[in-house]
Amino acid sequence: MRVLVGTRKGTFLVEKSNGAWQPRLAGHAGVGVNFVAKDPHNGDLWAALGHGHWGAKLSKSTDGGVTWADASQIKYPAGARYLAPPDPDPNASEEDMKKGPVARDATLLKLWVIAFGAPGQVHVGTIPGGLFSSNDGGQSFELNLGLWNHESRGGDLFTGPGTGHTHWFGTPASDGEFAAGIHSIAVDPRDPARMLVAVSTAGVLETLDGGKTWCGRNRGMLNDYLPDPAAEWGHDPHFVTLCAARPDHVWQQNHSGVFYSSDGASTWQKVSQPERGVHFGFPVAVDEHDGRTAWLVPGKADMQRMAIDGKLFVARTRDGGQTWQDLRRGLPQHNAYDVVYRHALANSGACVAFGSTTGNLYLSEDAGDSWAAVAHNLPPIYSVRFG
Amino acid sequence: MEITKHLWEFLPTLRGKTLTVEATTVAEVVREVERVAPGFAYYICDERGCLRTHVNIFIGQERILDRTRLSDAVDADSRVLIMQALSGG
Repeated sequence: MRVLVGTRKGTFLVEKSNGAWQPRLAGHAGVGVNFVAKDPHNGDLWAALGHGHWGAKLSKSTDGGVTWADASQIKYPAGARYLAPPDPDPNASEEDMKKGPVARDATLLKLWVIAFGAPGQVHVGTIPGGLFSSNDGGQSFELNLGLWNHESRGGDLFTGPGTGHTHWFGTPASDGEFAAGIHSIAVDPRDPARMLVAVSTAGVLETLDGGKTWCGRNRGMLNDYLPDPAAEWGHDPHFVTLCAARPDHVWQQNHSGVFYSSDGASTWQKVSQPERGVHFGFPVAVDEHDGRTAWLVPGKADMQRMAIDGKLFVARTRDGGQTWQDLRRGLPQHNAYDVVYRHALANSGACVAFGSTTGNLYLSEDAGDSWAAVAHNLPPIYSVRFG
Repeated sequence: MEITKHLWEFLPTLRGKTLTVEATTVAEVVREVERVAPGFAYYICDERGCLRTHVNIFIGQERILDRTRLSDAVDADSRVLIMQALSGG
C-alpha cells in the first residue's frame, strides 16, 4: 500500500520500506499538484496539475508513477458560459449596475478532484463548476451538461440567456476569478450511475441516472452566514464522502460544521460539537465498512483556519457523530499551526494519513489511536490518498 | 520562432529547436507550432485561444498587443519569442 501525495511542488509517493514510511518525489517537480489518485480498476495514476504559467493539465502514469505523461486535456466546449457578478466598474451607469449577473465564457481555471466509477469511467471536478466525465478510460472527457445547465445556476446558457439568476457563488480556491468549484465527487459503488457532487459554494447535488439529471440534497443543512440559515442553496460543503460498503452513510465537513446523513444525503444532521473543537475544518474521511466511523482534522473556526491553540488533533467518531474522541498521541501539542486541506486526509483499513500546508505528513496504522510524522519538510500538501 | 526552455520538459519535440514557420499573424504561428508539437497551443493559450495570463509573446523586441486573438502581424523574417511572464512562487 502506498500513499499518494499531491503538493504545491510535485507528486510524492510514500511507501513502507524496512518498517518505515519513506516519501520520495515521483514526478511533476516544481508543478502544483492538486490531486493524485489511483484508478482501482487498472492501477493507472492520475494527477490534476496546476501549472503556474501553463494552465491546468491532467497527467497520467501507467507504470505506477515511474513516468508521467500529459493525458487527454479537459477543455470547456465552445458556448459554455456561467453566471457571475459583474466586475465593479466605477464608470458604469446606475442602470448597468442593476442588471445582475453577467454570463462569462468558461475557461478551465482549476482541476480540483478526480474520481472513478465503473471500469473506464473517470470523473473530474473543476473550477468553474464543471463535472467532466470520461467513459473511455480518460481518452476523452465531456462536460456534464445536466449539471452545467442546472436550474440552480441559471439554466441553459448555451442556447439563450437562461433564467438570469444563479444560486452558485464562488470559492477563493479559484485562484483569482471568483467562480464556483466542484471539489467532491462521491460515486456509489453499488451503482455508479448514482453520484453526489459538492460545490463551493452552492451545496450538494445528486444524480441517480448517470448524470443526466441532478437534484439538490441540502435538506437539514444549516449555514451561519446567510440571511436564511436553512436556505436550499448557498451552502459551503468543504468535502463530502460516503462509506464504500454502506453508501447511504454520507459525511460532510462544511464551513458551518460537521454534517452526517444515514439516508444517502436525503437529510443531513448537524453533528458538530464546538465545545470539543469539532466544528470547522476542511477534510473528512469515513471508514470503508462502518459508515458511522469517521475522522476529521478540526481547525479554529473560519476566522483563523489553523490548528486550535497550536495543538494538532484528529477527531474520530464511531457512532455517527454522537460522540467524538480527540486523537493526539504522536501529534504536536505545542506551536503547531498546521492547516489540512479538504483532500489531504485519507484512510485505508486501519491506516489513516493526513498532510498539512506546512509540509507535515502524519500517518496512523491503528485507526488514529497513535500517529507518527512521516515527513516534516514537504511542500504545502494539497492531497493525500491511498493507492 | 523560439520558445522558453521551461516548456521543453512538457513538449520534448521542441527541445532546443528554433522553428521556422509560414505565418502572417501570431495566431498562425501558434497554429503551425501546434502541428509540430500537439498540445503546445493549450500550454500557452486557453481553450478560447486567448494568451494565458502568465505567458508573454514578443515579436522581435516588442511584446504583442492582442492577447485575445493574437492578431499581431508577423513578417517573413520576424523573430517570435514565447516565454513565461515573470510571476514568482
